[in-house]
Amino acid sequence: MIEFRAVTKRFEDGTIAVDELDLTVEAGTITVFVGPSGCGKTTSLRMVNRMIDPTSGTILVDGKDVLSVDPPTLRRGIGYVIQQAGLFPHRTVLDNVATVPLLSGWDRRRARTRAAELLETVGLPAEFGKRYPAQLSGGQQQRVGVARALAADPPVLLMDEPFSAVDPIVREGLQDELLRLQAEIGKTIVFVTHDIDEALKLGDKVAVMRTGGHLAQYAKPAELLSAPANDFVANFVGKDRGYRTLTFLSADVPVHEIDAVKVGDTVTSNSWKLVVDDTRRPLGWLSPVDGSVEVTADRLIAGGSLYDGGTLRSALDAALSSPSALGVTVDAEGAVVGVVHADDVLKALAAARAAGEVPS
Amino acid sequence: MGWLFDPAHWSGSTGIPVRIVEHFTYTWLTLLIAAVIAVPLGAFVGHTGRGGFLIVGLTNGLRALPTLAVLIIVVLWAGIGDVPVYTALVLLAVPPIMAGTYAGIRAVEPSIVDAARGVGMHEGGVLLQVELPNALPLVFGGFRGAALQVVSTATIAAYVGAGGLGRFVFDGLAFQEYDQMLGGAVLVAVLAVLVDLVFVGLQKLTVSPGVVGAGSGGNR
Ligand SMILES: Nc1ncnc2c1ncn2[C@@H]1O[C@H](COP(=O)(O)OP(=O)(O)O)[C@@H](O)[C@H]1O
Ligand SMILES: [Mg+2]
Repeated sequence: MIEFRAVTKRFEDGTIAVDELDLTVEAGTITVFVGPSGCGKTTSLRMVNRMIDPTSGTILVDGKDVLSVDPPTLRRGIGYVIQQAGLFPHRTVLDNVATVPLLSGWDRRRARTRAAELLETVGLPAEFGKRYPAQLSGGQQQRVGVARALAADPPVLLMDEPFSAVDPIVREGLQDELLRLQAEIGKTIVFVTHDIDEALKLGDKVAVMRTGGHLAQYAKPAELLSAPANDFVANFVGKDRGYRTLTFLSADVPVHEIDAVKVGDTVTSNSWKLVVDDTRRPLGWLSPVDGSVEVTADRLIAGGSLYDGGTLRSALDAALSSPSALGVTVDAEGAVVGVVHADDVLKALAAARAAGEVPS
Repeated sequence: MGWLFDPAHWSGSTGIPVRIVEHFTYTWLTLLIAAVIAVPLGAFVGHTGRGGFLIVGLTNGLRALPTLAVLIIVVLWAGIGDVPVYTALVLLAVPPIMAGTYAGIRAVEPSIVDAARGVGMHEGGVLLQVELPNALPLVFGGFRGAALQVVSTATIAAYVGAGGLGRFVFDGLAFQEYDQMLGGAVLVAVLAVLVDLVFVGLQKLTVSPGVVGAGSGGNR
């Protein structure tokens, strides 16, 4: 658990970067600090491991005032990941990951063994251990950065915009993996980002900060969307707030049956047909035809996103992105279960709204 | 070139091998003394970021000193011998080494230094384990520049009665034996190349392949 108690940071030039911050980060959760550039996120984060000392106020990590511990000792017990990964160019990937265990006095062999385990944990092949950081892609470097931060198994992990320098697709993969990893390791994580989508996706709780170092709202993601505390938060969480809210509503929409056909079948139909393979995985759609026609691969129209039975957002997206306006639902194996209709999703949304779960 | 290959010149207490050893000794001892002064200074100022003006001022000031004048002044003050030679040569070698070390450390990416502190290194560790290893290519650059200047300038030791390959140059000049003079100059040039090769070798051995400017591996 990390507690900020009336923490203020005023830099020598007079800039107030953080103003009377009161906030508690629960143990074993991800708390995201989000806000526009320059609002004091990094400063708040760096006061936890004493990369910056507060002007006034107290920060407690697991009940202990950080100012009572000397900085190097404190930092060895707190994982720290930064935007550019900050890997040591002259050390191999394995030695980078082994840094903190070695500093903490582990013997070389044990530190290396631990480092090799960590590479696997963050999804990097063992042979990457021998490479130098410059030989890795940005996304791979970030994984190494995370592995290095986790190497001595610290209870607390500080992450400062760790994924913002990688391209969006890689970023999404890294986010998914962080969530998967967190489910395993259950660290107390403080994650800084300026990206509200990232904040809503990763945060168990999100602290929205505004310029001048003020905390605008500290709440669960769904609550930020459904009940923003003020205009600043409402604006910051964005225009498609209503749509985003769907992410936090589990779907209660009817799944309709659908006739599935296979390549090689002959069909007569004036409605959309879903084409599946032998294991009932969706291949694409066949548009309505006059008369009868044989289903061939070149007649297939690619399908939209798949609905996995999770959130209203994924149900609506599946329906909206499908050429037939029918969202394909699949089971855990990827086999077709049925389809959802966009109007059912809207009805479910109306029901949720009536129940007070959604902003009006 | 006949002079250079005459076996008679390759033996005795004033022969070519003795002079080469003397010259080489001036060189490495000078570089060692200069390193002891310049590396810690450059590293400290580079690490703390405080006193950069000192480095710049000292470097420029020392570079402006005419080495021959220094030599003569110290001779007048301390007499003939090794002291004036080393004084003049060390003053020559300090600026490039200090500037190289300072520049090398300043050039290490701030995010890397930040990460070094962030993982819990003490200041000494940040400097020795992270900043210096990454600064090495520029540090070596400073040493190679210094070595080149020292090897060629060590010739003037002979001007104040000391040894080294300069003997051949100055004696050749005095006795109008121009082939001896040329032979001495060629030996100085060869020694300069050899010393540089030694540094290239040392650099290969000590600079991590992951460091930008190490010559291989880095492709950032
Ligand atoms: N060392 C410093 N000296 C003076 N002002 C600083 C320093 N570091 C940050 N600031 C200022 O403090 C404010 C908050 O900075 P920061 O915490 O880095 O913001 P964020 O991470 O949210 O972008 C900004 O106005 C920034 O310019
Ligand atoms: Mg920042």
